[in-house]
Amino acid sequence: MKLFQNLFDATRPAVTTGKLKGLYPLHNALETMFFVPNHNSHSGAHVRDAIDMKRTMITVIFALVPALLFGMFNAGYQHYKALGLLIQGDLLTQFFTLSNFMFGALKIVPMITVTYIAGLAIEIYFAYRNKHAVNEGFLVSGILIPLIMPIDIPLWMVAVSTAFAVLFGKEVFGGTGMNVLNPALTARAFAFFAYPTYMSGDKIWVNTTPEQGAQIVDGYSGATALGQLATSGQTNYSAWDAFWGFVPGSIGETSTFAILLGAGFLIYIGVGSWKIMLSTVLGGLTMGLIFNSAADSMEPGALQNYMSLPYYQHLMFGGFAFGAVFMATDPVSAAHTERGKWIYGFLVGLLSILIRVFNPAYPEGVMLAILLMNVFAPLIDHYVVQANISKRLKRLKLQQS
Amino acid sequence: MSQVTKSEPKEAPFSKKNVKLVSDPLNGSNPVTVQVLGICSALAITVKLEPAIVMGFSVLVVTAFSNLITSLMRNLIPNRIRIIVQLVVVAALVIVVDQILKAYVYDVSKQLSVFVGLIITNCILMGRIEAFALANTPWKSFLDGIGNGAGYAAVLIIVAFIRELLGSGQLYGFQVIPESWYLHNGGWYSNNGMMLLPPMALIVLAVLIWVQRAKFRQLIED
Repeated sequence: MKLFQNLFDATRPAVTTGKLKGLYPLHNALETMFFVPNHNSHSGAHVRDAIDMKRTMITVIFALVPALLFGMFNAGYQHYKALGLLIQGDLLTQFFTLSNFMFGALKIVPMITVTYIAGLAIEIYFAYRNKHAVNEGFLVSGILIPLIMPIDIPLWMVAVSTAFAVLFGKEVFGGTGMNVLNPALTARAFAFFAYPTYMSGDKIWVNTTPEQGAQIVDGYSGATALGQLATSGQTNYSAWDAFWGFVPGSIGETSTFAILLGAGFLIYIGVGSWKIMLSTVLGGLTMGLIFNSAADSMEPGALQNYMSLPYYQHLMFGGFAFGAVFMATDPVSAAHTERGKWIYGFLVGLLSILIRVFNPAYPEGVMLAILLMNVFAPLIDHYVVQANISKRLKRLKLQQS
Repeated sequence: MSQVTKSEPKEAPFSKKNVKLVSDPLNGSNPVTVQVLGICSALAITVKLEPAIVMGFSVLVVTAFSNLITSLMRNLIPNRIRIIVQLVVVAALVIVVDQILKAYVYDVSKQLSVFVGLIITNCILMGRIEAFALANTPWKSFLDGIGNGAGYAAVLIIVAFIRELLGSGQLYGFQVIPESWYLHNGGWYSNNGMMLLPPMALIVLAVLIWVQRAKFRQLIED
């Protein structure tokens, strides 16, 4: 640490007063990443608290670690399963192997690196251009983006999507804290619409490159549970497999359990809003119940099958849990008022399941539901605030009369 | 009895002022990027370069001649019914253009479909007639029409160039990006399908506006 301290101290004159003045934001960002910021407030009374944006963002990254590690194991597990190369034994000994982990890590670490390079390059350029410090917001987006991509997507597509999301999702609105849409989901939406063949379907969720002379086993299908449900209304993955996460899907979304660990951590620390998470789940359950009760009067078919899927199972399949915990709770793009959070989350859950079931073109509705509600969040806030104002005005009139 | 004669000094047809009528709309007062008119057709027909060029040229012809004809009639048109008269002029020209397109470039005419007819509703046309042709001489109005039509066409062509190149790897229908680059042929590249969707036209146009405002800072509104 002394080494870094000396390095930062030695280069500080050059960037504060010297020739490399333009690089100060970069220096500052790196320094505060290693050490506690050395900034003092100059006036007024301030609340003293150890939490700042960097601390918040790092907390979210810690919360993402279970899902990330699980995703690495799962990438390898799905790959070797598709090729029929799994070792003998029960599920856990097959799953938590070094070769599974290494396979996933070799795929996912480059993806994270590429995301950070593409995103931070744009962030630093804009910090330099607009003369402000580099914001920490991208630390989380840079992990989130790879976690919601399929394993086999070419790296340059990840880079292009990230660049698009940072540029048009964030920087044109004024940078971190000003964005209307969740940047990570903007990246995914861009990739989804720009490169649909690499973002949807049943070929891309599992890497099936032949290895050690092994080919794909006969009758293997790489479709996700939601993909199967969208076409036939039935899935051959059990709800428990989906809950623990031994199913194909985007890298970080499969294991509801690992996501719940992260959710517990976020709620315990107080960084994530439990109101949004809870109301999203309630919204999903409500829509599931509506479908369950409506399914009886439907004519039989794929849609009827899908609608009669037990309502709680919707929470385990696909990216619902991941979206509810890590995407909908984004403090910038979500609703800000406390009552607004309930409405916002509830509608996210409701719309996710609605899109999922009724639109076979989008097997996963969580992304679109959250993006849509991001747009509506300011409107929700506005009406919540207005309602509060009119309520208090009424109270004032009662007191005066 | 003294007669008051008003005689304007004769102006050369290509004087500096008149040339500015053509060159201004290409950048500083561009109808699309600065006045933000005619957006809807700019979004609809810019997926490929060919229809964009044909559309841009059609609008150029219609603006130029509708300006000219209205300017010739400007002292005869009763003020109260001028919008109707302008519409008749524009509609007649649009029908002529539509028929010519159908006769000579039928494929493109098919692609443009309803948007040729909708030139009538293009705000640029009515805007230029109302703002310019009713108050200026025919030659100036004609030049103004050409300038604004060309400004519109230029934006269309730039947007279509970007969208066709990135969206389908082609320019004017010819494959520009080598086939061997594509992922399905063992390469690394893939077309950006979002470029073919209307939202991307809006974003490309927005970037164009951004670049123009960044370069010519006097165009930035408060």
